[in-house]
Amino acid sequence: MFRRSKKLRDSLTKTRRSFFGQIAGLLGAGEITEETWEDLEALLVQADVGVNTTMALVERLREQVDRGKARNTQELEDLLKQELLGLLDAPPPMRVDEPRLLTLVLVVGVNGSGKTTTIAKLAKYYRQRGRKVLLAAADTFRAAAIDQLKIWGERADTPVIAHQPGADPGAVVYDAIRASQSRKADLLIVDTAGRLHTKYNLMEELRKVRGVAQKRVHQAPHETLLVLDATTGQNALSQARHFKDSVDVTGVVVAKLDGTAKGGVVFAIAHELGLPVRFVGTGETLDDLAEFDPEAFVEGLFE
Amino acid sequence: MFENLSDKLQGVFDKLSNRGKLTEEDVDVALREVRLALLEADVNFRVVKDFIARVRERAVGVEVMRSLTPAQQVVKIVHEELMATLGEPARLDLSGTPPHVVMLVGLQGSGKTTTAAKLALTLRKAGQRPLMVAADTRRPAAITQLEVLGKQLDIPVHSEGNKVPPPQICANAVKRAREGAYSVVLLDTAGRLHIDDQMMRELEQVKAKTDPQEVLLVVDAMTGQDAVRVADDFNQRVSLTGLILTKVDGDARGGAAISVRSVTGVPIKYLGVGEKTDALEVFHPDRLASRILGMGDVLTAIEKAQEVIDQDQALKMGQKLVKGEFDLEDFRDQLQQLKKMGPLSQLLDMLPGMSQVTRDLAPEVTDQHLKVIEAIINSMTAGERRNPRIINASRKRRIARGSGTTVMEVNDLLSQFRQMQKLMKQLTGGGKRGKGGMRGLMSMLGGFGS
Repeated sequence: MFRRSKKLRDSLTKTRRSFFGQIAGLLGAGEITEETWEDLEALLVQADVGVNTTMALVERLREQVDRGKARNTQELEDLLKQELLGLLDAPPPMRVDEPRLLTLVLVVGVNGSGKTTTIAKLAKYYRQRGRKVLLAAADTFRAAAIDQLKIWGERADTPVIAHQPGADPGAVVYDAIRASQSRKADLLIVDTAGRLHTKYNLMEELRKVRGVAQKRVHQAPHETLLVLDATTGQNALSQARHFKDSVDVTGVVVAKLDGTAKGGVVFAIAHELGLPVRFVGTGETLDDLAEFDPEAFVEGLFE
Repeated sequence: MFENLSDKLQGVFDKLSNRGKLTEEDVDVALREVRLALLEADVNFRVVKDFIARVRERAVGVEVMRSLTPAQQVVKIVHEELMATLGEPARLDLSGTPPHVVMLVGLQGSGKTTTAAKLALTLRKAGQRPLMVAADTRRPAAITQLEVLGKQLDIPVHSEGNKVPPPQICANAVKRAREGAYSVVLLDTAGRLHIDDQMMRELEQVKAKTDPQEVLLVVDAMTGQDAVRVADDFNQRVSLTGLILTKVDGDARGGAAISVRSVTGVPIKYLGVGEKTDALEVFHPDRLASRILGMGDVLTAIEKAQEVIDQDQALKMGQKLVKGEFDLEDFRDQLQQLKKMGPLSQLLDMLPGMSQVTRDLAPEVTDQHLKVIEAIINSMTAGERRNPRIINASRKRRIARGSGTTVMEVNDLLSQFRQMQKLMKQLTGGGKRGKGGMRGLMSMLGGFGS
């Protein structure tokens, strides 16, 4: 069910060594002492899991240990695994995979999170699965963003619908929908300009872009993916919250997981907002995208 | 959730001893909260540990100043120590013979290209002749991006396409700068992972070939715990001389600044505060420290207010406040000035304790609320505004009809206004001139916004 790419395995290995590797080493099989808890907290926080989620996790584990559910550090590790898994549990299937004439995916995020690169990877991913994909260059604001998507489009062998820089992004989406219909494309992925979630006017603009999609395609956008930079700390929560409120984000893509950042952000967002992680980005080439599978992810962290 | 460290500490200290020296127990209880605040702000775990140890050493046994509560005393020490860690703002070193080479490095998406353009503009305004260099041959259209920005700003860009190795491009650019009498060469290098050995080696080559006077690490203000590692690795490979913190206009607390400063020891030179090419600021250690502690960027909010609020009017308002003559007419003036400052939501974000409020309230609701208040006041006669006491039941019905509201809403406004008037009389006891208008405004909002 989960074909983990070599890249993901590599990046997981890195995460494991730097984070859970330590837990594994730390836990081993010994007595649970106050120090165990302190180290556990330190490791979770350093993985960007966040203070609140860490506290909640530690508290729940403590309760269970008090009730005798774990007597040594080995059993504590199993409990931790379960808890982490519980935070990421059972997302609904992606609506991209439902049969319909045209599926529309809106991709949003703050500046520099990796939207355009992620879109190119998604294009290739779905093309390989037999979809006819079209890209819409609705980032008309940033200098050369359109050129960037066009170059990626060429590499992924996917057509890009674009206007001039500075054009109305809503109009780009409108045209892209019409182009999808006339070319019989069944998946339209929309690139939007990066914006900080605190900029009210820019978030309103994004709502308008979404509105165009809603009006022209039944039940669109079918997925709205928020691209998060794995190196982002607790602000990722604020980003997810704001984008969810404005444009009803349905899932998260964690980009740049090939660095040393731990991606603990995943747990925090799942815990507090219930947003499922759909994909992870693991490098700069078109193939560096993997489906996110909670079980494989958590299991992989402990291998 | 954290709102305001001062408030929180106040709560903690209410339960403890109050006067005299700070005891070990006082300090430890307080520092537990400080620790959480810093971790919440993404300051690296180990950096927090060191920091707390330093503060503890400084704080235990300190005499609590007479004008402060113990909570405020601890916050003061923490704040001072944070400011010391952040260091003084530094300028670019442009001493010696030009051309001076400035190299920008960082992870992907941290904002190097945008920062290059902002820096070039800042330098030109300071009388320099900058040349930007498109040394990012990797990211699709990165060169075009810099060229577009160069055209917009009318600042020349040196590019040789994406086939020539970046160290070569940069060396050629420095040569061109020397011949063309450019005074500063800005190298926009490709974003790269600090653990990508090949790419880091390329950076070392660029440095060796161009002998830069400044090597600036561009860091996203939203970066989490990993910031220490990134900064340390870049510093090891290319010896940084300064930092630029970007995307500071968001709501990230920016703890990464502390982490990166602690690891590298190099000064913070600029903050990126927006997408426009002039959105580059010199950083203020006190403001950044407040922000990291979750105490809000009060100074920025006040400055913003000062930009748009008519000083004379503010002074007049202040005098009225002191005399207790503040009426609905004055309040309407203040509302209009407030509107000039942009959406209320943005303003509130800058104030301590308000981020939670704005999260709970949809921004348009708050702004909408102001519109309703204004409509009600506009539907009053000048006499009613000056002396709200004359507003009887029939006048209320008329005002409600005129403003498209209900008598209940009119009543609410009037009773809140009376409370505010009362509160303000108490508040203005020691009010400074000039700022009275602003303070009155804020306390009014506190009442009306809820």
